[in-house]
Amino acid sequence: MAALRRTLQSLCRISREKSSTLRRLPSQNAAIVCRNASAWTFVPDSPPDTLGETTKMNLFQSLTSAMDIALSTDQTAVIFGEDVAFGGVFRCTVGLADKYGKDRVFNTPLCEQGIVGFGIGMASVGATAIAEIQFADYIYPAFDQIVNEAAKFRYRSGNVFDVGGLTIRAPWGAVGHGALYHSQSPEAFFSHVPGIKVVIPRSPIQAKGLLLSCIRDKNPCIFFEPKVLYRAAVEQVPVGDYMIPLEEAEVLVEGSDVTLVAWGTQLHVMHEVARLAQEKLGVSCEVIDLKTIVPWDAETVCKSVKKTGRLLVAHEAPITGGFAGEVAATVQAECFLHLEAPIQRVCGYDTPFPHIFEPFYLPDKWRCLEAVKKMINF
Amino acid sequence: MASLRPVFSRRILKLVSSFNQTLAPSSSFHRSLSLSHNVRQEITAVGEDKPLFPGASSSYTEKLKFLGGDVYDPIPVYRVMNKMGSIIDPSQDPGLDQAFVEKMYKSMTKLNAMDKIMYESQRQGRISFYMTSYGEEGTHIGSAAALDDKDIIYGQYREGGVLLWRDFPLEKMMNQCYGNNEDAGKGRQMPVHYGSKEHSFAAISSPLATQMPHAAGAAFALKRAGLDICTVCYFGDGAASEGDAHAALNFAATLDAPCIFFCRNNGYAISTPTSEQYRGDGIACRGPAYGITSIRVDGNDVFAVYNATKSAREIAVTESKPVLIEAMTYRIGHHSTSDDSSAYRSVDEVKYWDKEDHPIGRLRNYMLSKDWWDVDREKAWMVEVKKEVMQKFQAAEKLKKPSPQYMLTDVFDKPSKRLSQQAEELKKHVQQYKEHYPTDKFDEL
Repeated sequence: MAALRRTLQSLCRISREKSSTLRRLPSQNAAIVCRNASAWTFVPDSPPDTLGETTKMNLFQSLTSAMDIALSTDQTAVIFGEDVAFGGVFRCTVGLADKYGKDRVFNTPLCEQGIVGFGIGMASVGATAIAEIQFADYIYPAFDQIVNEAAKFRYRSGNVFDVGGLTIRAPWGAVGHGALYHSQSPEAFFSHVPGIKVVIPRSPIQAKGLLLSCIRDKNPCIFFEPKVLYRAAVEQVPVGDYMIPLEEAEVLVEGSDVTLVAWGTQLHVMHEVARLAQEKLGVSCEVIDLKTIVPWDAETVCKSVKKTGRLLVAHEAPITGGFAGEVAATVQAECFLHLEAPIQRVCGYDTPFPHIFEPFYLPDKWRCLEAVKKMINF
Repeated sequence: MASLRPVFSRRILKLVSSFNQTLAPSSSFHRSLSLSHNVRQEITAVGEDKPLFPGASSSYTEKLKFLGGDVYDPIPVYRVMNKMGSIIDPSQDPGLDQAFVEKMYKSMTKLNAMDKIMYESQRQGRISFYMTSYGEEGTHIGSAAALDDKDIIYGQYREGGVLLWRDFPLEKMMNQCYGNNEDAGKGRQMPVHYGSKEHSFAAISSPLATQMPHAAGAAFALKRAGLDICTVCYFGDGAASEGDAHAALNFAATLDAPCIFFCRNNGYAISTPTSEQYRGDGIACRGPAYGITSIRVDGNDVFAVYNATKSAREIAVTESKPVLIEAMTYRIGHHSTSDDSSAYRSVDEVKYWDKEDHPIGRLRNYMLSKDWWDVDREKAWMVEVKKEVMQKFQAAEKLKKPSPQYMLTDVFDKPSKRLSQQAEELKKHVQQYKEHYPTDKFDEL
């Protein structure tokens, strides 16, 4: 029954099943519960009261809202990529081609190096180019354009030219059944490139504000959107124009014994880890959302680790060469004498992202809890 | 319109299927379908049975016939002058006045003179690297002269003459090659990686063909802004093999970008001759495959290049679409100072092009035939241009390099926290180990 339901679901609806159906129908889903150790619940934030009127939006709607505002406030702004004209395969651009016209929201041929190269060209003459790559897994043909061109445009020209108006958006991360080519988290590759910013939101409120910041930032930005949250994450999102600063991490939960650092979907896993740690181990965890992967806010993380003495960094991407390594190396250099235990990294295994084995692959709350235990008992 | 399209085409497809079922042999009316904004499929009565596939507007054939590369004649090479510099068809003479043609000649020879001196300076260890444009001066000047000075250039690395035509000062070129404290690029790039906003010349980068999709995107943005200028993208026969070249041509065509794609087909990509670069009829034949208006010209005929570029520009700007020009030429010099081409081609081959078909020689003969130039003026000009190049060169050599603090700026519009910390670390380290670093050649850190 469960297997049949799985095959009939589309890419995004599986996330809704994971987050809500499991809790609402425990008897029916008993078989699924024991297979989905990696289940988590989306933790919504309440909207800041300084940002005015709000409305219920899911992640893709909050992104549509951000792009709508971007196009209405900047006449040079355009959105382009594969299938964006009809609304996009994840519905992030629904209605925008109608509202702003075909010359502002348009399809391109199926060619990622062209999409990014074209966007760089537009930005080089001062336009705002919002380029969509259909899945982060397909960003690699554009790697040369991103690394050798976009990231270096300002530096190599002595600040005579720049492509600050370029923002690249791509769906990112595990979605339940995406396997090798619909689940990747490639932020580590781009963290190694001076000259671009890489941003990953955890929720609709964050996504809208961070995307607007990326679009308006005077540097080329890559904005990875956790695809599993497109429908599953629902919040009361401010309808107006607001921005959330880049390069600033956020402490979501204050704690005293262990620092938990993550980004994107993993924050919601970390919320559960913090809860389990308190319930089962009496351990108080501080949860930090990095938000900007590069340049990253080492100050906030180090300040926290100097308080707690213990650090766990978790991400879906494979552990070797993953961004947790950069965080760990920096923290051990800055906070060495404050550490009570070696820094723990809970990440994907060093394999391509598997299909049927996803529940074993992900850095789920049990693997994270185990790492917390290790540090506490060190 | 775009969001209506899927609904529209679904409805049309339903109509077509019911249409085909009810079609009577005697009915004879047409139904025209718009399946996209520029492809029309005609449904007609029996007797004119046309394929309706959305992918191609074509006709049926019952002959099993493949198209090979030899089905089409190679695209002819458009020229105005013969190798002696005489106009062949007077109707093709652009009729440029003496002052203009002199400027063309002087720009080509200035480039040539600068190339000789800068190449030597690399050999003497004064600059680290250089690339000459010997034999290709016609492609630079012929095209640049036909453009508007505001048309934005996205070059590859062998287009110095375009900058000289636009009066980019020699000293700025020297400063960039020396990477001194007057270099607009702040000493960050290898020599010949020029850039100038003032002269509408995007900064050069080393990777090949990456500038091609940039030119398409920039052209699109310029079109949206309602500006009557185009972009011009220079690239070589080797770069044309890169994926970015395919991407750029396809994007420019599908998105109606006013971009002139100018291929300098000089016969070699370092040591790789064109016979190992492609099997088809060069680069010009690829244009029509993308739906792009294309032409092949004699790149060593500065008037042919001029005429073709002028027409191409007209098409690009008034019709908002890309144009492809393949300028045939020959790379007389080595690929760069890191290359010795005698390793892969004969000295005789190079001599032929230098002596028998050189853009400078052909234009000179034209000017001589019109009494616009003579041996004495040639001598005087050669002395003058050499003197100017030497002066600017010596001045550039004397200047110090920029302060090492500029190694860490302009990564972003504002330095990140970490970069600011690294700037402090650099300062501390260089202070402590001063004697091991060439600080006397640089401005203060």
